[in-house]
Amino acid sequence: MKRFTLYLLLTGLLAACASESPKTQPGAQVEDRTQASKTAQQPVDTRPLTPPQQAVNPLNDPNNILSKRSVFYDFDSYDIKPEYKALIEAHGNYLASHPAAKVSLQGNTDERGSREYNLALGQKRADSVRKMLSLSGVKAQQMETVSFGEEKPRATCHDESCWSQNRRTDIVYQSE
Amino acid sequence: MRLLRLNRFGYVLALALSLAAGNARAALTIEITGGAALQIPVAIAPFTGEQAYPDKVSQVIAADLARSGLFKIINTAGMPIPSTPAQVRVNDWKAKGAVALAIGTVLAQPGGRLDVQFRLLDTVHQDATQVIQLAGYSLPTNTAQLRFTAHQIADIIFEKLTGDPGAFATRIAYITKHGAAYELQVADSDGYNAQTIFHSREPIISPAWSPDGTKLAYVAFDQQRPIVYVQTLATGRRQAIAKFKGNNSAPAWSPDSRQLALVLTRDGLSQIYVINADGSGLKRLTHDASIDTEPNWSPDGKYLLFTSDRGGSPQIYRMPAYGGEAVRLTFEGSYNVTPRYSPDGKSFAFIQREGGKFRVAVQDLASGQVQALTDSGLDESPTWAPNGKMILYATNILGRGVLAAVSSDGRVKQKLSTQSGDVREPAWGPLLKPKL
Repeated sequence: MKRFTLYLLLTGLLAACASESPKTQPGAQVEDRTQASKTAQQPVDTRPLTPPQQAVNPLNDPNNILSKRSVFYDFDSYDIKPEYKALIEAHGNYLASHPAAKVSLQGNTDERGSREYNLALGQKRADSVRKMLSLSGVKAQQMETVSFGEEKPRATCHDESCWSQNRRTDIVYQSE
Repeated sequence: MRLLRLNRFGYVLALALSLAAGNARAALTIEITGGAALQIPVAIAPFTGEQAYPDKVSQVIAADLARSGLFKIINTAGMPIPSTPAQVRVNDWKAKGAVALAIGTVLAQPGGRLDVQFRLLDTVHQDATQVIQLAGYSLPTNTAQLRFTAHQIADIIFEKLTGDPGAFATRIAYITKHGAAYELQVADSDGYNAQTIFHSREPIISPAWSPDGTKLAYVAFDQQRPIVYVQTLATGRRQAIAKFKGNNSAPAWSPDSRQLALVLTRDGLSQIYVINADGSGLKRLTHDASIDTEPNWSPDGKYLLFTSDRGGSPQIYRMPAYGGEAVRLTFEGSYNVTPRYSPDGKSFAFIQREGGKFRVAVQDLASGQVQALTDSGLDESPTWAPNGKMILYATNILGRGVLAAVSSDGRVKQKLSTQSGDVREPAWGPLLKPKL
């Protein structure tokens, strides 16, 4: 709720600024300002115009670790490196405290070697993230795993600068 | 009917299809990048009457033999062109360096049918009275199948002169990718008559021919996860034979075309199962806590080769075809994948990682000896010609996916590419036996 109030105050301030600016442009912007200045006049008692989940969603807040969704790997490895443990734990805690939220864990590999082995390796990568999430109390029905193997590369060049980006598991929230 | 058949019932449909396909027929261009040390010099005379048809039989035969890298085609320009053995002046051809000469005639028959008569003659030896004939056949065909008939003749010549069966009258399947458009195509072994049999905006991988040549199994992601389909070539009908929870992939036909080994994650990790070709009778074959994938049936149906990381890195194993104890076969290097039995069952091709390069190698099953055949870097998906003489595989040249082929002794090399986009996931189809 603290963030919620802060957001209202911010909206009020912005609206106040807007109403003080010179009225040089006609049309839609004028209507916007009217709406905004009403909010500004009653900052405490009114409801926000935007629904709260759009206000500050921790999953999309660039300052929040939850906005990071990819776990990267070494070649032919599904071991989760220490630097990604905090990220997975943060998603684990979020999912455990939001039992309605669901994620798809999408395993990927670089283009080298066998497509079929890479499909299996991508699955193992997704599974490794699923196992860690379940340790944080995430329920099985909140997670599904899928492997795209080497078939859906994020980066398409043929050297390590691209390969390192493609060896990963993406945590994709349902409805995203 | 999408593919040519050898009996006459397929004629009408095959003709209709060739009309629809028009002239844009060589979708894959094949380039020879290396040849055998000793090439057999052979002359292919223009066939009498062939000029009346779009496909010139003698040219198709000569191109097949030349592409194999095992033959040197003797120029026939300026030579008198015989159409019967009696007209052949053996010493003239011997003087040109030929050890054998093919002659023939394309004969129009009632009802739009054709007969291609051909003879292969010895131009080195002769007895007192006549030219020695090495082979002679009359092949019934039609205009639409003339090219295929020429491939059959090339196979006969190949076998007579090398002692090994040819593999020209065969088809290959492969996947093309243009942007986000994937196509499963089937073409003749020389890259002609390419036809798209399935297309999707999602990836397609792992096409596999049924040993009887009537069906292709493949993996498509069109439902956002890998599912195994079997498509009948003659009708275009396709059936999802494995659509279980998780990934369904790596289909491999049993030699009798009745079953497929495949890989599912429905019980957790990627494990090997067998299923009937109609999708019934699923049985699990491997039970372990590691990746098991890429099953491949031995030609006698008794064993499966497969890739597993049970020893800490992906290596090749063999187990009885209906489950049981697996034996590790590869020990050199930390990455050995995609095992494919040779047609005689005595060796297997696979992909090995060596010095950061992924290359095609062959391992002899009896001795365990390994021979690397390529040195290109990003090789994958080896597939044997049905005569065991060539291995077709996918590789990457200047950032583009192309197909390449290498002879099983490593000497002859070919590159197969399309005009644009990527080609990958080749599967060489079975030999379509001529009904002579």
